[in-house]
Amino acid sequence: MAMDTRKCVGCSDCVVACQTENNVPLGYCRDWIVETVKGSYPETVKMHFASERCMQCDNTPCVRTCPTGASHVIEGGIVKVTHDECIGCGACIEACPYGARYVHPDGYIDKCTFCDHRLEQGMNPACVDVCPTSCLIFGDLDDPRSPVSKALQEKDWYVLAPEAGTNPQLYFLK
Amino acid sequence: MEEILNVSGRVIPHVYPHLEIWGSAIAIYLFIGGLAAGLLFFANFFYLSGKQNSMPMTIKVAPIITPIIISLGLILLVFDLHHKLYFWQLLLHIKMRSPMSWGAWTLSVIMIPAILWPLTYLEDTIDYLKKRNDKCKLIGLFTWANNLVNKIKPLVLLLNFFNKYKKLAAYLTIYLSIILGVYTGILLSAFNARPLWNTSILGPLFLTSGVSTAAALLMWLSNNPLERKLYSKIDLFLIAIELFFIIHMFMGMQAGGNAQVEAAQLFLGGPFTASFWVLVVGLGLVIPATLEILELSGFHVPIGIISFLILFGGLLFRFIMIYAGQASSFHVL
Repeated sequence: MAMDTRKCVGCSDCVVACQTENNVPLGYCRDWIVETVKGSYPETVKMHFASERCMQCDNTPCVRTCPTGASHVIEGGIVKVTHDECIGCGACIEACPYGARYVHPDGYIDKCTFCDHRLEQGMNPACVDVCPTSCLIFGDLDDPRSPVSKALQEKDWYVLAPEAGTNPQLYFLK
Repeated sequence: MEEILNVSGRVIPHVYPHLEIWGSAIAIYLFIGGLAAGLLFFANFFYLSGKQNSMPMTIKVAPIITPIIISLGLILLVFDLHHKLYFWQLLLHIKMRSPMSWGAWTLSVIMIPAILWPLTYLEDTIDYLKKRNDKCKLIGLFTWANNLVNKIKPLVLLLNFFNKYKKLAAYLTIYLSIILGVYTGILLSAFNARPLWNTSILGPLFLTSGVSTAAALLMWLSNNPLERKLYSKIDLFLIAIELFFIIHMFMGMQAGGNAQVEAAQLFLGGPFTASFWVLVVGLGLVIPATLEILELSGFHVPIGIISFLILFGGLLFRFIMIYAGQASSFHVL
């Protein structure tokens, strides 16, 4: 997934769409908005928004530290948690540099799934479809002709905490 | 200059804005793990050195504590899980890359000698207690346990079998106890998202600290002056190594990347500075070490105070490491 920080207006529609689509319990969330301001008055002040969620990392510390294998990577690179295998120890939460996981009130660990139940039906994740400025670009990064691959070829991008060595797969377009 | 002004829509209890998934239960569990590892190590090590008669507390009496505290630790751990009823999943999987997985397995395996070892010494324990204090209430309990053990035939056969291969078992248990002690540190150092924990010195440091707390406990429980003196010396040696490891840890972090330098700052001027240096290093290491030096050079210092300080320092060290570790991050909101 790529996220165009130049287009995002910080409306939080993606957050609400996710909560509705995935029945996220009240008081929790799987994605959120970060507003960054660069510079200080009276010099040039620049502001941009970013919609953040699980980075579906290529090198997954959460899957590595999971003692039961409940955290796993499915085909296509999405990181998921099998509820019946999760003991709720919290190791994956400690392992995640992005704070993208949470303890579901039912006890298991929960996180963004890129709405894989929607992907199976050929749809986009709920956050992508609902975005009013189309700043979220979703697709197959292995396919050079997919919109997300093209966006990454055309624009400059950055990822969060590359020094954590997780090779995150959510790219932010500058 | 860049600053993040506002984060909206983000509410994640125990994760944002402050990560606090692990708390006191884990800290106590790590303390118990280290203590149990140390007790097992000393019992088996001095058994192999042929000290059965000169060190009865270490080899015959104190090991009864181990299975009890390990069980307590495991109960604590299960209650700290969020998906408690699924805890058995831990024993259906072996994940070599997850320290929590192989640590749970090590604990399960080490429980076997930890239980069998003291059972083979029940009679000696009763004798020891009788000699030391005839009115000790534990004597009745142990006599009852001993009678019960003798009534269960398969258990008697198992204990005879264990006695036959005790030497081999002792070698294996020493090895396992070191793994257990190191595991309590490696459990934390496996998380590269928490720069404070992400240092390989944490394994040896936790092992040394655990063995040192065990030596302190044995020193306290024993009434044999020679045994006490030996543990006093061992503790002094271990405290010196611990201090070296702690300095080494901070040196390593200061020479590391930005995240690790910031993590070290938590203890070098940050919010955990006073509690760490005064309570852990001062009260838990330097003062007991000084008292031990005084004691060894002839002054009369109550052993209880020294042991308590070391045990207390060890427990506090784990508390502080757990909370400080969760305060260190890569600053990704």
